[in-house]
Amino acid sequence: MFGLAAKDFRLLLLVAALVAFAPFILNPFPEGSGMAQFNAGYPDLMQRFVIFGIFAIGFNILFGLTGYLSFGHAAFLGVGSYAAIWMMKLLTMNVIPAIILSVIVAGVFSLIVGWISLRRSGIYFSILTLAFAQMMYSLAYSVLTPITGGETGLQPKTSDPRILDSLVTDGTTPKANLFGLEMGASYDLSVSGWVFTFNAGYYIAAVVMLISFYVAIRIFRSPFGMMLRAVKSNQNRLNYTGLNAKPYTLAAFVISGMYAGLAGGLMVAMDTQAGAERMFWTASGEVVLMTILGGAGTLIGPVLGAGLIKYMENILSKINSNILHEWFAFLPDGFEDLLVTLIYPFIGKGWHLTLGILFMLVVIFLPGGLVEGGQRIGRLFKRKKPDATPAADKTPAE
Amino acid sequence: MEAIILQVLNGLDKGSAYALIALGLTLIFGTLGVVNFAHGALFMIGAFCAVTLSRILSLSHEVLDPGKTDFLGNPSKVNVPYVNDWFGEVAGSAIIDWAVPLSILFAIPVMIVIGIVMERGLIKHFYKRPHADQILVTFGLAIVLQEIIKYFYGANPIPTPAPQAFTGSFDFGAMLGFDPNVIIYPYWRIIYFAFAALIIGGVFAFLQFTTFGMVVRAGMADRETVQLLGIDIDRRFTLMFGLAAAVAGLAGVMYTPINSPNYHMGMDFLVLSFVVVVVGGMGSLPGAVAAGFLLGILESFASMREVLEYLPGINQIIIYLVAIIILLTRPRGLMGRKGVMEE
Repeated sequence: MFGLAAKDFRLLLLVAALVAFAPFILNPFPEGSGMAQFNAGYPDLMQRFVIFGIFAIGFNILFGLTGYLSFGHAAFLGVGSYAAIWMMKLLTMNVIPAIILSVIVAGVFSLIVGWISLRRSGIYFSILTLAFAQMMYSLAYSVLTPITGGETGLQPKTSDPRILDSLVTDGTTPKANLFGLEMGASYDLSVSGWVFTFNAGYYIAAVVMLISFYVAIRIFRSPFGMMLRAVKSNQNRLNYTGLNAKPYTLAAFVISGMYAGLAGGLMVAMDTQAGAERMFWTASGEVVLMTILGGAGTLIGPVLGAGLIKYMENILSKINSNILHEWFAFLPDGFEDLLVTLIYPFIGKGWHLTLGILFMLVVIFLPGGLVEGGQRIGRLFKRKKPDATPAADKTPAE
Repeated sequence: MEAIILQVLNGLDKGSAYALIALGLTLIFGTLGVVNFAHGALFMIGAFCAVTLSRILSLSHEVLDPGKTDFLGNPSKVNVPYVNDWFGEVAGSAIIDWAVPLSILFAIPVMIVIGIVMERGLIKHFYKRPHADQILVTFGLAIVLQEIIKYFYGANPIPTPAPQAFTGSFDFGAMLGFDPNVIIYPYWRIIYFAFAALIIGGVFAFLQFTTFGMVVRAGMADRETVQLLGIDIDRRFTLMFGLAAAVAGLAGVMYTPINSPNYHMGMDFLVLSFVVVVVGGMGSLPGAVAAGFLLGILESFASMREVLEYLPGINQIIIYLVAIIILLTRPRGLMGRKGVMEE
């Protein structure tokens, strides 16, 4: 179906189902109950899941397939954001032109950066992309303030020209929309205690994400994808067979840059503002974390990683010591305090610590990420042969 | 002329920090072949060694001071640091004042231990893994170290002043015979530069003139042959990792009076230090030092008003720009060795 093998099609359907029913799946606890803070089914967070999912899928096309580790991908996301917001300021608040332009602009930028950076490989490539991204960040922050808004960033204003919209605006700050359907519009469905929010913006982003996931599958299964894997496994051998790897890697770089731009454009479509901070190198580091955590080189991994990190960022960071005390209230007092003191550094503001530890554990023990973990557990249940049980799980890979 | 000297001087302190961190990075890379993204975190931990020691030294207890009374006539409470009790008033306050230089003694063993534990506990397992894995695991380690420091010391910068004797600045220009009040330079920065030069000289002398250093250099050139000669090169390389950690830590200790340490200072420096290492050439110690000073001085030249008039914003990007140009024209960096990191 759609030119996919049955297995891939099932995966696509599974992701589609997950995305479509996300408002239910992410809201397993009734409103007002003690566990309600673990609900992630609010529009803002769900939008971020899919947008960063797109970003990570794109990054995976470069890193997972070719092995080139770029530390500057957030720059393309930022460039895409700026392009989108300018489209909204100048042309129309409709998100379609904004997103299209953001993809094109990010593609052009990644073509330039990739063309130069891909002359080197390994750590040099990482440093070059990092240097380009930091340069773009610094310029956006300082000299290019007329275009980028500098520290304050950019927001649509009532005074903007907005050529196509100018006939209908009535003096209020317009909202991002898709042919009149506002991104912020949502429908609340309450079923005996549970409240499920269906948000227009989320579903639009989700459709875009499914399309880009589909494209990623096609790339993975295409001869082009095989070529990229060949670059990863042994570039020398590829050169000896008389093939120039550069056009392939450059194409992968540009594609993943365009994915980043798409994510940036969607980010603006959901929340109409753009700032330089999303180009900072830590943002590039975050997408690396997402891809590795989920499983680089796998189809579903980056999406899982993006979801996990954004979930931790938004849910884990909200837990404070009071909530911990509530949870462990059934324990004896001293024990309760001890447990809270032990757990406290890992939650709330310290969620980065949990992330760092989790990331290290994954890199050390599960180089294939969560996907590999899932496969190992799956194998564990399939056959109980001693050699199949991953005893290697516990020992560091040496 | 004055302006040029002033910019060179301004570039020296930042350049010294870059050079020290880059030196440590190159030591680790040259010996163990590991790309250590946690090196910035070691720099940061060094800075927090200074913070810790100055806190320990200022630990105090309350005593009733009969000499001073509050408005009711009761003797008022005064905080007296323990060091004052032990060494007397004058020596005690001098010790507290000199906390940052004293931290050097404190930081060296701490950093060496941290370095060795890091190498034996984690990095050892990554020699056979691809460079990307090494980058990733040390990147994760950097996040963890940074968050641990943040948990214990908070997110705000902690001011850690230099000793009284070295605060303020002096007229460097008058000493060279220029007009007075043109080249004013803070004492601590010149000390930082001298200290960095001393450490760099020390590391080079250690590698050049001791048997241990000779073996290490031999190991850097050809590890297998050295092992075949029956020398336990791994143990020496572990020690070199400790040494590199100590160099980064000392750079951090002495940097505290220039910039109040905060938990993300390491990451801020790391990115630039990697650029420095790559510009200098992976695996080349003199290259790392030269590139560190070069980029530090270039950066300060680029922030001159005259330059900014023609090229606005150049001060923000000069380092990256130079790095890109050098990497594209001289693929091995300024003094890169052949065959290092060339896939």
